[in-house]
Amino acid sequence: MSKSKMKNLLIIIAGFLLITVLLKGEFLNRQYTSLLVPMGINIILAVSLNLVAGFLGELSLGHAGFMSIGAYTGAIITLNTGLPPVAAMTLALICGGITAAIFGFLIGVPVLRLNGDYLAIVTLAFGEIIKSILNALPFTNGAKGLTGIPKYSDHKNYTLVYILMIVTVIVIRNFVKSRDGRAVTAIRDNAIATESIGISTARYKVTAFVLSAFFAGIAGVLYAHNVGLIKPTTFDYNKSIEILVIVVLGGMGSIQGSIIAAVILTVLPELLRGTDDFRMLLYASVLIIMMIFNHSKIKEGLMNNRTTGKLFGKKGGL
Amino acid sequence: MLKFIEQLINGLQTGSIYALIALGYTMVYGIAKMINFAHGDIIMVGAYSLYVTVSLFKLPIPAAVIITIAFCSLLGVIVERIAYKPLRNAPRLAVLITAIGVSYFLQSAALLIFKATPLPFSSIVNVPPLKIADITISGNTLVTLFVTFASMILLTLFIQKTKHGTAMRAVSEDQAAAKLMGININLTIALTFAIGSALAAVAGVLYLSQYQIVKPTMGALPGIKAFVAAVLGGIGNIPGAMLGGLILGIVESLSKAYISTELADAIVFGILVLVLLLRPAGLLGTKKHEKV
Repeated sequence: MSKSKMKNLLIIIAGFLLITVLLKGEFLNRQYTSLLVPMGINIILAVSLNLVAGFLGELSLGHAGFMSIGAYTGAIITLNTGLPPVAAMTLALICGGITAAIFGFLIGVPVLRLNGDYLAIVTLAFGEIIKSILNALPFTNGAKGLTGIPKYSDHKNYTLVYILMIVTVIVIRNFVKSRDGRAVTAIRDNAIATESIGISTARYKVTAFVLSAFFAGIAGVLYAHNVGLIKPTTFDYNKSIEILVIVVLGGMGSIQGSIIAAVILTVLPELLRGTDDFRMLLYASVLIIMMIFNHSKIKEGLMNNRTTGKLFGKKGGL
Repeated sequence: MLKFIEQLINGLQTGSIYALIALGYTMVYGIAKMINFAHGDIIMVGAYSLYVTVSLFKLPIPAAVIITIAFCSLLGVIVERIAYKPLRNAPRLAVLITAIGVSYFLQSAALLIFKATPLPFSSIVNVPPLKIADITISGNTLVTLFVTFASMILLTLFIQKTKHGTAMRAVSEDQAAAKLMGININLTIALTFAIGSALAAVAGVLYLSQYQIVKPTMGALPGIKAFVAAVLGGIGNIPGAMLGGLILGIVESLSKAYISTELADAIVFGILVLVLLLRPAGLLGTKKHEKV
């Protein structure tokens, strides 16, 4: 085992121990305990969206759509099959992920003809279509949504969420570092050049979309079994944008960045709760100021400065 | 048949409001190459501004409308100056996120000032309905159609015939070259935001007259639909935005009446996907050939 692998393993175990100690020792109040699972879910969502937005370089505004497909598939399975919890949850996770991946494929195909803002709007449209269909189907219970979903992935079962989160991060990271992943980043950097050296851009674009949708589906299943009720409106485009904000703030194409930003942006609204009505206003202001600061001369100056430069690291992100 | 024509007129009314908003999206996109996500919320600001001037300050209607339009234009320019201008050379996604931030900001500011409860507001339009044979067209519809088409004609004349309009077209074609020709880029972009926001304010006034309720999130849905309309017609293309808006409104109204209310959105967005698959640059957009 190489040094870096050892280091990563240690970080994973340390993270798990930290959460266990915090939970078992009751260091956290109820508010923060209830944030643990959403944090894990947001990390899965952000890292999987980063594959499409950061590594493939295509803006996707429909990530919540994939999430909703996973959530509904998973919830319908656990509500209707009557299997024991472990079997039901396993089946729900697998089916939720695969169904979302199938939709990822369906959306991946038009991707081949479109790019840039047109693609962004098509992914947004797909998200809205899914939401609208969920609203109309009989077995999804329309606008009222599904209720009474057993809570198999709430904070008492954080181990499951933690494991899936780690699996997601490792799979995406390894994919990006693989031959296929290099092809995906090559498409982002220059699609024409990539095609001219014989790489099938179509195949890799669809692969990225399918993989990203699969994990969004998994995140959806976890979400449904954490909250216990799902409605089509939960997964509107605001949710997609929330995930995109995490990815952009963490830095496009940086998995570490996505993880850090997901943690911060899950906790931030809770920290701002004390300010009550001003919470959203502050959140919006922080968002604008951060983006402007990220591209300002002040940051450039700080980064070129020897002492403060280390704080930011070399590349962009936060 | 009668029902069909009525639905068609309904669709034309909503569609023309979408078209007005879509014009703002398309103009800003053409010039600044950014999707201004906060554009939908300008409609909301316009509606609240009308509410305040009419219901609270009891100003006469024409004065209230003029104040509303001026206020929104100013807001558009201020937003551009503060939030978008520092990011003009930043990656496009950074600008997009900032625009989303501005959208959240406007919504939560409205929420703070006016609270979440929707406020009722009676229509400011006072025109008698028009009867042709068995079809009644409400005064509201008449005014909406008239105002929208008048604005579109004025806008087209402005862009085609005036010096500032030519400058706008030049900047959207090639910003660097336009700058070399002595065009003031900052002024042109500010002007674009002012006009786009003014159109959104007009749309807000008309939308309010139709639905008669103001709430902080009211701009989100028409905003998104109008954005879809702009893309449908070919983003960056002004006649395209008008066409896209009208098509969207008519399709939405007909599918609500004949197919299903729940599925209306799915049909509208489905048509967008279909059109983009057949014509990737939108209905009237021209496809730019990529140079290697």
